[in-house]
Amino acid sequence: MKNLVRLAPLFAALSPLPALADYKWNFPEPVTPVARDTLNIHNEFMLIITILFVVVFAIMIYSMVKHRKSVGHQPAKFTGPTGRIQWFWAIVPFAILLFIDFVLMGIPAVHAIIDMEDTKTRADMVLKVTGMQWKWQYEYPEAGVKFISTMSTPREQIENKAAKGEHYLLEVDNPVYLPVGKKVRVLLTATDVIHTWWVPQFGVKRDAIPGFLRETWVKIEKPGIYRGQCAELCGKDHGYMPVVVHAVPEPEYLAWLDTKKAEQAAAAGGADRAWSKDELLAKGKDVYEKQCSVCHQPEGQGMPPAFPALKGSKIVTGPLLSPEGRIIADSHVDRVLNGKAGTAMQAFKGTLNDVELAAVITFERNALGNSKGDMIQPAQIKSLR
Amino acid sequence: MNIATTTVPGHAGEHHGEHYPGGILRWLTTTNHKDIGTMYLTFALIMFFVGGGMILAVRAELWQPGLQLMQPEFFNQLIGIHALVMIFAALMPAATGFANWQIPLMIGAPDMALPRVNNWGFWLLPPAAILLTLPFVLALFGIGDGALATGWTFYAPLSVQGGLGVDFAIFAVHILGVSSILGSINIIVTIFNMRAPGMTMMKLPLFAWGWLITAFLLIATIPVLAGAVTMLLTDRHFGTHFFNAAGGGDPILFQHLFWFFGHPEVYILLLPIWGLMPHVLSTFSRKPIYGYKAQVWGFIGIGALSVVVWAHHFFTVGMPVPALIYFMFSTMLISLPLAVLFFCWIATMWKGAMSFETPMLFATGFIVLFGIAGLTGLVLADVAADAQYHHSYFVVAHFHYALFAGGIMGVMTGVYYWLPKWTGHMYSETLGKWHFWLTVVSFNLTFLPQFFLGLAGMPRRIPDYALQFTEFNMISTVAAFALGLSQLLFAYNIWKCVKGGPKASDKVWEGAEGLEWQLPSPPPHHSWETQPVIK
Repeated sequence: MKNLVRLAPLFAALSPLPALADYKWNFPEPVTPVARDTLNIHNEFMLIITILFVVVFAIMIYSMVKHRKSVGHQPAKFTGPTGRIQWFWAIVPFAILLFIDFVLMGIPAVHAIIDMEDTKTRADMVLKVTGMQWKWQYEYPEAGVKFISTMSTPREQIENKAAKGEHYLLEVDNPVYLPVGKKVRVLLTATDVIHTWWVPQFGVKRDAIPGFLRETWVKIEKPGIYRGQCAELCGKDHGYMPVVVHAVPEPEYLAWLDTKKAEQAAAAGGADRAWSKDELLAKGKDVYEKQCSVCHQPEGQGMPPAFPALKGSKIVTGPLLSPEGRIIADSHVDRVLNGKAGTAMQAFKGTLNDVELAAVITFERNALGNSKGDMIQPAQIKSLR
Repeated sequence: MNIATTTVPGHAGEHHGEHYPGGILRWLTTTNHKDIGTMYLTFALIMFFVGGGMILAVRAELWQPGLQLMQPEFFNQLIGIHALVMIFAALMPAATGFANWQIPLMIGAPDMALPRVNNWGFWLLPPAAILLTLPFVLALFGIGDGALATGWTFYAPLSVQGGLGVDFAIFAVHILGVSSILGSINIIVTIFNMRAPGMTMMKLPLFAWGWLITAFLLIATIPVLAGAVTMLLTDRHFGTHFFNAAGGGDPILFQHLFWFFGHPEVYILLLPIWGLMPHVLSTFSRKPIYGYKAQVWGFIGIGALSVVVWAHHFFTVGMPVPALIYFMFSTMLISLPLAVLFFCWIATMWKGAMSFETPMLFATGFIVLFGIAGLTGLVLADVAADAQYHHSYFVVAHFHYALFAGGIMGVMTGVYYWLPKWTGHMYSETLGKWHFWLTVVSFNLTFLPQFFLGLAGMPRRIPDYALQFTEFNMISTVAAFALGLSQLLFAYNIWKCVKGGPKASDKVWEGAEGLEWQLPSPPPHHSWETQPVIK
């Protein structure tokens, strides 16, 4: 005992945070019926396999201790079961295993699957989730609300130049809000590669596949902020694609939805007025930092060859539109609106509004070391769609 | 098995006046199964350290949250190439090396049936390994953006988007696949045609049985992988749309094709080991193998089931309910033949007279740790719980219990078991035991914490993680370095044994049974010039 006390500082020095409470040994607290079901099944299964493990290897270890040459055990000669009794005992373990597989584990598993896949009955609302490199877009089709959610952890924290915050890597600029106690049907898709939407406390993990719709559902029982992240390797910033869900009582949810609607209407209304170049540049810088700088880098130098530089780029410094005011194929406007197939450059037409598109195009042509001097108006973008 | 030898050829190899080229030419042109086996095993050992070095860099990055050593792009390259190197360039060649050395010795054949094919099968490997890793070097010179960065699974459309590293990896897989198929054909032909007189299929040593099933699985599934990566290649460069929804394709098609190969691949890696285990257990228990027929049928059963369960690798893609239930139950069914094997292993030990030399230590360690892999595999098969485990560190821990404890520790069992036969010298038992205990302790400390990381919600393949995962990652990283360093003991022990050491007897182990132990240690250049007759 005394020795242990003397060793305590050594242990403390060796392990960074030895307090047992800091280690998580099991699933986080479940907050949906599916997650609760999953946790119960998981606990039951862990118990079963632990018992199997202990029983089987207790027999083996007993044998390893008793049937040793060094204790003078004489080897037997049998090569298989002989007689009815031995056959019986040879078959019993397999009968037990079959029972465990298909009854003890199988039946609750089937029930859980049927429940988990029951996305369509009695759904109160729909949330559409679109994965894209490396952010999530959320859409409330009934309310017509749509926005993008990106990680808000500052670069300095990732590069170890600033202290890491409590929710390091699991924080976003626009969290998604969902009402408590409502069954939400979640539709998933992606624009570029496969992503996976995962919130551990919901017990939900579903792939978002480009060109297809997948679905799942959540019914959150407890208000709170729930965090998860993309679970399918989706390229460079796969580790920086968090999911943050605010589960709130319905009135609060509806109020939030109204604010979002108003924000969106204000942004859309902006498309009909003429914007000054300075306004566009200021707005464009904001959009660029959120949407473009991950790949094309803050100074526009890019990361060639995968992510080309915008600074001095032939495409960015090329002509804006054709003399008739149409999109030129493979021009700057074409790239931003329609993306480039087979690369990480996605079509921003569907994710950014007219003002944001006009602003970011204007910004890229007149900043990042470029000085084309021209600009494009939100109204023009609107007519080009 | 009753064995009666008609001749003991102790003097073969010297008297028929063959001339072998010396130096490098000997190794380039050799058609001898032992030379080729040695080259396979040496290559596997080198690539084991290459793949291990890559993953230690990854573990070093994961020591703390934040990016310290590398950018995410490079991290993504390391994890995928680590897996490809370990599977295709370390584990598979090691098993093929065993087959080359041991199958002729064990079935009483003078050599493999197709010696030139054998030579070519090996010499395809180094170019493939170079193709896999060359993009790292090219990137240093500003060509391309590094190696395959999609993980070893090549999932489209991420792999359609990737740089030239993807093309290099595709061609590497093609070449590795050709090599595997050639090796498999050779093994099948050898086993079917060159067994000693009287050795019926039901007297075939279990190691050869395990490899026979592996060979059939390789021939059945490698072409599917080759097809899938070729479709990927044409999607990338020739305008096809197999995996692009906009052109009528489906990204999930790739996952079906890949895992139709990928799941049997697990058993391709493990069946030779399962074949080896009963020999080792029987030798050191001084007791005949228990349930020979049951094990043969267990191998066949697992081989057959392995090609009908693939979709359990992507339960989260959103399959219809009947498909989920089918793949869940078919996967669970594998536990039955696998339990037969466990039962027979333990029954072989039961009431024996055991001693624990290094091969036996590795064999028993293998059984316990592979048991963890099997049991966690059983829960992973459950679709509902899999939604939480999938793509998380739980899966990473699970398949390292299967492929490190089940695969690599199995290979180590075989190396210690057969090394005295191959070299004619005993390895150092003390070093071997140190190697075993260091490996087992550091392996568990590396991968047990990863189960808990996965349960707590840490996704796999991320270079940086939330603060709550820090402690377990630190433990895992420290232990991984201990695990890596312990393997230097292994290499040193082999080196020492090749160079010299106490003379090994023909039988090597007191309880060893089988044809290979009747030949001298090391065996003559041509193993059985006169075939033994089995009663």
